[in-house]
Amino acid sequence: MSTATEAPATAASQAMARGAAGLVLGLLALVPLLVSSNVADMLTRVLAFALLAIGLDLLAGVGGLPSLGQAAPFGVGAYTAALLAKHVTTVGPVQLLAAAVAGAGLAAAVGWLLVRSRGTYFLMLTLAVGEIVHELADRWEGVTGGSNGLAGVPAINLYPGAPPVRLAGLLYWYVLAAVLVCAGALWVVSRSAFGRTLRGVRDNEERMRSLGYWTFLPKYAVFCIAGAAAGAAGSLWVAQARFVSPADLGFEVSALALLAVVIGGRGSLWGAALGAAVVVLVREELSPQLGGRGPLVLGLVFVAAVYLLPRGFAGTRLSRRGSGPRRTAAP
Amino acid sequence: MPAWLGDNLITIIDGVAFGVLLFTIAVGLSLVFGIMDVLNLAHGALYLVGAYLAVRFAGDGQATAWAFLAAGLAAVVVGAAAGAGLAVLARPLGRRGHLDQALLTLGVALVVGDLLSARFGNDVQSVPPPAFLAGGVSIAGREYPSYRLAVIVAGLALAVLVYALVERSRAGALVRATVADAPMVRALGVDTGRLVVAVFAFGVVLACLGGVLGAPVLGAYPGLDERVLILGLVVVVLGGLGSVPGAFLGAMVIGQVEVLGVSLLPQYASFLVFGTMAVVLLLRPTGMLGRARKPG
Amino acid sequence: MTALLETTGLTRRYGSLVALDGVSLSVTAGTRHAVIGPNGAGKSTLFGLLTGSLRPSAGRITFDGQDVTGRPDHARARAGMGKTFQHSSLFTSLAVLDNVALATQRAAGLGMAMLRPAGRHAAVREEAMRQLELVGLAGRAAAPAAALSHGERRQLEVALALATSPKLLLLDEPTAGMSAADSVRFAELVESLGSAVTVLIIEHDLDVVFRLATRVTVLHLGRVLADGTPGQIRADERVQRAYLGDAALDDLFLEGTR
Repeated sequence: MSTATEAPATAASQAMARGAAGLVLGLLALVPLLVSSNVADMLTRVLAFALLAIGLDLLAGVGGLPSLGQAAPFGVGAYTAALLAKHVTTVGPVQLLAAAVAGAGLAAAVGWLLVRSRGTYFLMLTLAVGEIVHELADRWEGVTGGSNGLAGVPAINLYPGAPPVRLAGLLYWYVLAAVLVCAGALWVVSRSAFGRTLRGVRDNEERMRSLGYWTFLPKYAVFCIAGAAAGAAGSLWVAQARFVSPADLGFEVSALALLAVVIGGRGSLWGAALGAAVVVLVREELSPQLGGRGPLVLGLVFVAAVYLLPRGFAGTRLSRRGSGPRRTAAP
Repeated sequence: MPAWLGDNLITIIDGVAFGVLLFTIAVGLSLVFGIMDVLNLAHGALYLVGAYLAVRFAGDGQATAWAFLAAGLAAVVVGAAAGAGLAVLARPLGRRGHLDQALLTLGVALVVGDLLSARFGNDVQSVPPPAFLAGGVSIAGREYPSYRLAVIVAGLALAVLVYALVERSRAGALVRATVADAPMVRALGVDTGRLVVAVFAFGVVLACLGGVLGAPVLGAYPGLDERVLILGLVVVVLGGLGSVPGAFLGAMVIGQVEVLGVSLLPQYASFLVFGTMAVVLLLRPTGMLGRARKPG
Repeated sequence: MTALLETTGLTRRYGSLVALDGVSLSVTAGTRHAVIGPNGAGKSTLFGLLTGSLRPSAGRITFDGQDVTGRPDHARARAGMGKTFQHSSLFTSLAVLDNVALATQRAAGLGMAMLRPAGRHAAVREEAMRQLELVGLAGRAAAPAAALSHGERRQLEVALALATSPKLLLLDEPTAGMSAADSVRFAELVESLGSAVTVLIIEHDLDVVFRLATRVTVLHLGRVLADGTPGQIRADERVQRAYLGDAALDDLFLEGTR
């Protein structure tokens, strides 16, 4: 979504964008009536993963904080939802809320330390956090079921007392609605004054400080928001898969989320959703047809995307020397 | 010698062995970042390439010294080619920012990892040490694998070599000058482009050699590339990006923490490693020996 | 006549190198105060210390009656210090209007507002347009900042610094790389600010300095060499010698065009 602050949009192109968005939403809504259960299931997974990617796009594309650790809040959200489903409640929206809170909580706990670092340090720290949470899921057998994960997660129901949602089509609509609400919230944030602040910090953090901004705060805030989105996405993933294991927290998930954002072009949240669709489709549909060589294809797509897409992560310099022109200081 | 000291002495030596192995991995990563500002996320995958080279040459009961030598030579050739190739691939992206370059290496890592998986399968492959180092040596009344002592010796020799190259040789001076002020070095008539490619190749060669060296210790399996990359990153972050002595110090610290952790608190070994990194970064945001950011 | 900005014994060392040594100066509110000196005098170091991007090794800085020595750069900006960067430091992916709006929205306390679309904050937008008109960039409001010419970037740079309504404007060699015509335009802009904004300007271009400044401090080798009115500085032999060695060249300090 190219906001008015990013590129001046003419009235005509705005109308076209709205038309396209309407068409896409319409098609998305009609999906369960058009495809088989298996396809609906896969598209449900696409939607959940898309939410993860959109949250990451807000963090990395808009905020300029590329992360390789979003699998951590995603997984935390997934496990939270699974555990709730097994022991407390099967009401989907409650799980969603709890998972978002859990994801945000994790982000809040580590974010204050992480966002103080710049560029590459931040990237590596997010990777490290991802690994720690992965290890935790693997070893904490009492809670997470260890490396076997949690299987047999009960189906969700939409409100207390309602029958469980077993039809793939119905589940798809629930997840679609949830993703639209959450992604909508992220979109609102992206277009707000705070969104402009984020872009300012991304483009030139030092300048922002000279304007009086305490830049730690917006960075911390967007980190937590992305954590919440990832957590929510995790609960939606579990609602469909009915199973969660440490693999869902792995580095590969984080890398694929970042790939989705790269394919979609930074900053346009809907682009990340598109990228997510490509990633999941390649992984699930193409991979078996290629003898399981899904990661190979994705890796090649990654390389191609980085090369071919003009709008890379410009403005996010990973240099340890910080952003901005290098000056030889004359005293 | 009291029993507890004997036990822990073994563990400490293990930590040193693991540490020098980590150093070979980390120093390449650190050098590449230092000269090109690129975080080579394919580093772990290239370590794994070295490990599988050892499997190829020295696995299946062929673990002779010659086999390892062959594997080592292959590692140098493959590593140099891969490193140069990566540098050339990454260079056009430099204008767009270093994240793009890092993502490129991530894509390459996925590709390499999957190719290795396709070729060698998903089982854990182990490699016995070369025959003349297969036995043990008596330390503190216990039998300690000679190979690990050899790893320590080889690793330390490598550390000295790298240090001498980077800090004491003319080539190293050129590299350090390029890190500090590339345009100036170019103005002196030096082709910094080729220098960068050379450093990248050197860094990757170290990773591959590390794989060969470490194969009898760590084996080879899908997923090892990830583990190695993470550990390498932790070491480099700890020691400071771009610093060779830092990489050594960081590697020794993490080597000890990891091994002692596994020995004393097996459930929490990984947390100790990352916890150490977190503590160091809290106290010194650019790593133990990292260069402080220029003000302004 | 109160001192808006005051430094006492400000010192900055880099190991054994003393870049700035016991500099004490005082900037009166409503004046335009220039800091000049030959290369290596310590002007950039002084600028960094004043704005908060460098920490002093010793000394104290008082701004608007408060001791800001320990305060980070963003806190000083909040307290009323605006600054420009020597090399234009803009938000290149955003439109010109959004660049300035970032400043005005911070001044309005809306930096963390997450609900309303950014464009809907009318006061922020209008104030940003007003700032652009002041520097003559109103016609380029919708253009991406990356598309501006060099001169326009300098204008935007100033607009950014002024848009937070600072009490003290710190300018770091603002006319560097400017054509003569642009320098004149720039001087006119600063003059138009009147006494509402106090200005501290680090400058090489002595024409600009002697046109604009009401007071001049001369730095040499990290220390204050002289401090007085432009006329006093012009006549000061020590200053002439510092710039030119022992051969005094009057034309350096002549009025009119060079």
